[in-house]
Amino acid sequence: MGQVVLRNVNKFYDSVHAVKDVNLQIRDKEFVVFVGPSGCGKTTTLRMIAGLEAISSGDVSIDGQVVNNLPPMDRDIAMVFQNYALYPHMSVYDNMAFGLKMRKFARREIAKRVQEAADILDIGDYLKRKPRQLSGGQRQRVALGRAIVRHPRVFLFDEPLSNLDAKLRVQMRVELKKLHQRLGTTAVYVTHDQVEAMTLGDRVVVMRDGVVQQVGEPLDLYNSPANRFVAGFIGSPAMNFATVTMMDGNGRLTAKNAGLELEVPQSQIERLRRHVGREVTIGIRPENLHVATNSDPAGFTFPSKVEVVEQLGSEILLDVRVGADTMVAAVDPTIRARVADQINLAVNPARLHFFDAQTELAL
Amino acid sequence: MAVQAIETTFGEAPPPRRQRLLEDERWLAFMLLVPTMVLLGMFIAYPFARGILLSVTNSRVGVPGQFVGLANYYKIWNDTIFRTAVYNTFLYTAVTTVFKLGLGLWLAMLLNRDFRGKAFTRAFILLPFIIPTVLSTFAWKWMFDPTFSVLNWVLYHLGLITGRINWLGDPDLAMISIIVVNIWRGVPFFAISLLAGLQTISPELNEAAAIDGAKPWQRFWHVTWPLLLPVTMVVVLFSVIQTFADFQIVYVMTGGGPANATHLFATYAYQIGVGTGLLSEGAAISLAMFPILFLVVIIQLLYIRRVEVR
Repeated sequence: MGQVVLRNVNKFYDSVHAVKDVNLQIRDKEFVVFVGPSGCGKTTTLRMIAGLEAISSGDVSIDGQVVNNLPPMDRDIAMVFQNYALYPHMSVYDNMAFGLKMRKFARREIAKRVQEAADILDIGDYLKRKPRQLSGGQRQRVALGRAIVRHPRVFLFDEPLSNLDAKLRVQMRVELKKLHQRLGTTAVYVTHDQVEAMTLGDRVVVMRDGVVQQVGEPLDLYNSPANRFVAGFIGSPAMNFATVTMMDGNGRLTAKNAGLELEVPQSQIERLRRHVGREVTIGIRPENLHVATNSDPAGFTFPSKVEVVEQLGSEILLDVRVGADTMVAAVDPTIRARVADQINLAVNPARLHFFDAQTELAL
Repeated sequence: MAVQAIETTFGEAPPPRRQRLLEDERWLAFMLLVPTMVLLGMFIAYPFARGILLSVTNSRVGVPGQFVGLANYYKIWNDTIFRTAVYNTFLYTAVTTVFKLGLGLWLAMLLNRDFRGKAFTRAFILLPFIIPTVLSTFAWKWMFDPTFSVLNWVLYHLGLITGRINWLGDPDLAMISIIVVNIWRGVPFFAISLLAGLQTISPELNEAAAIDGAKPWQRFWHVTWPLLLPVTMVVVLFSVIQTFADFQIVYVMTGGGPANATHLFATYAYQIGVGTGLLSEGAAISLAMFPILFLVVIIQLLYIRRVEVR
């Protein structure tokens, strides 16, 4: 079992309110990722679950037991740190065995578990080495091994991949996913990388300034972000935003500013009608834009001027100017566009997002 | 272009001789080492060699003396005061080092925590180390003075004693007194050096150990202590050398008394060599320290190297 529940959890550092009223139920075997920019309170929340940070108010419970006052060692959790935190004076074997030795496991059981973990992580050849004789990726595996051997109820990961180079990070990400599928242990994972969050998490918790912005499955966050922050944070390249005014004309709604005039799709008219005459923020993901053709309905296209062309091979990113705004469009790699070209872009009407200009909440 | 450039350098006149000498790295290295070599030679090597020469003669103040072989060493070997001084030096060094290490480590661990006024406290801790030893030892001498002792006054008013304790008049108490002063003076060096060592240990390691189930004492023993060991060894090495050759505290507090009971190598050598004028015998006494210190240094340096290679 490994069910973690956070109820109205707060953290104050003197006058700084670092974590604000976090409520979350993490189910057994679930992989939950906390994501957000630095200083958003995600690591502090993780450390409160670990018991490394005192909880200012609220409760953290594991399998129904409130653990607020339990020291880390009694919470039956294992943690993987950003800088690995391997004991530099101990061999790989001793690093992995340390937690079991402290808990007075029999020598044979320790050897069995360490060997088991070493096999899973493919580090059997390095057991006698010291951490500094290992590469970053190998150290990361040892840190994982140290967590695995304990068979804890919950794994806690504090940005474990952020010190690896880009290629290794992608590889370890896949291995972490496999590891979780194999072990099935509840995992709480902190990262500032939204790609890691989307690929690893069964559910993703987006935080900002100590406040949970949205909790949901990765595609829910992508398809229906709760507010402008989540919309901009999830997805790469980031969503384009433009401030527009809602106009009513002959029963049709249009979103309009100096460089843009888009029809509001039929399905959204009801919801947006009460914002007529007011400013709203329109959000368009770069991948939902394409170079307009004759088959695109006129109400969903707009003119733009190319400023930068980024060739990625699989696609082309066009940085374009639309009136006073700049936007990024991810277009087909066969498109031949040059800087200063005037092109018409078309938007997928089902993929338009609208946000309240003041509250930034999704409309 | 490239060819032209090469040709022009060939065409230039060769640099002057002085400049060429400085271009030679071996010559330059030698030149840079000369000031250090001169200083070390003048103030370490020469007195050391002179001391050895002096110790095998029978020279005194005003008497050049003649070669007498190891007669001086033979003489001090049979000297009971010298034997007491040897015993005292070992006792003094051993006891003070243990206490300085223990208290210094304890202080360092306290100072490594976060608390209000941390920077101020850390600076304050260094005070005994900063005040010139002779001055602070004079203050201590007053505190241990049989008539004016503030210690006696406090103990008396607390009702713990009825008469005066003659701190520096009793051989054992005098030894304890100078040990106390040495510890007081030495702890800051240990505390600050070990604190610097502690700060290089990532707090994540202690957190990892806490999650791994290690209790505070186990975290210290399995994580902090082994990682601090190289720093500890260097600090102990310095302290042992300094304490072994200590002079000021004993000279000011007891002058080696009462009845030569608190002499160390250095104070006894001074008393014989300078006080009595038996230069050669004094030299022999101070040189008797050398093999022991040399051994200590060798052992500890080997140990430090082993710890660092691990």
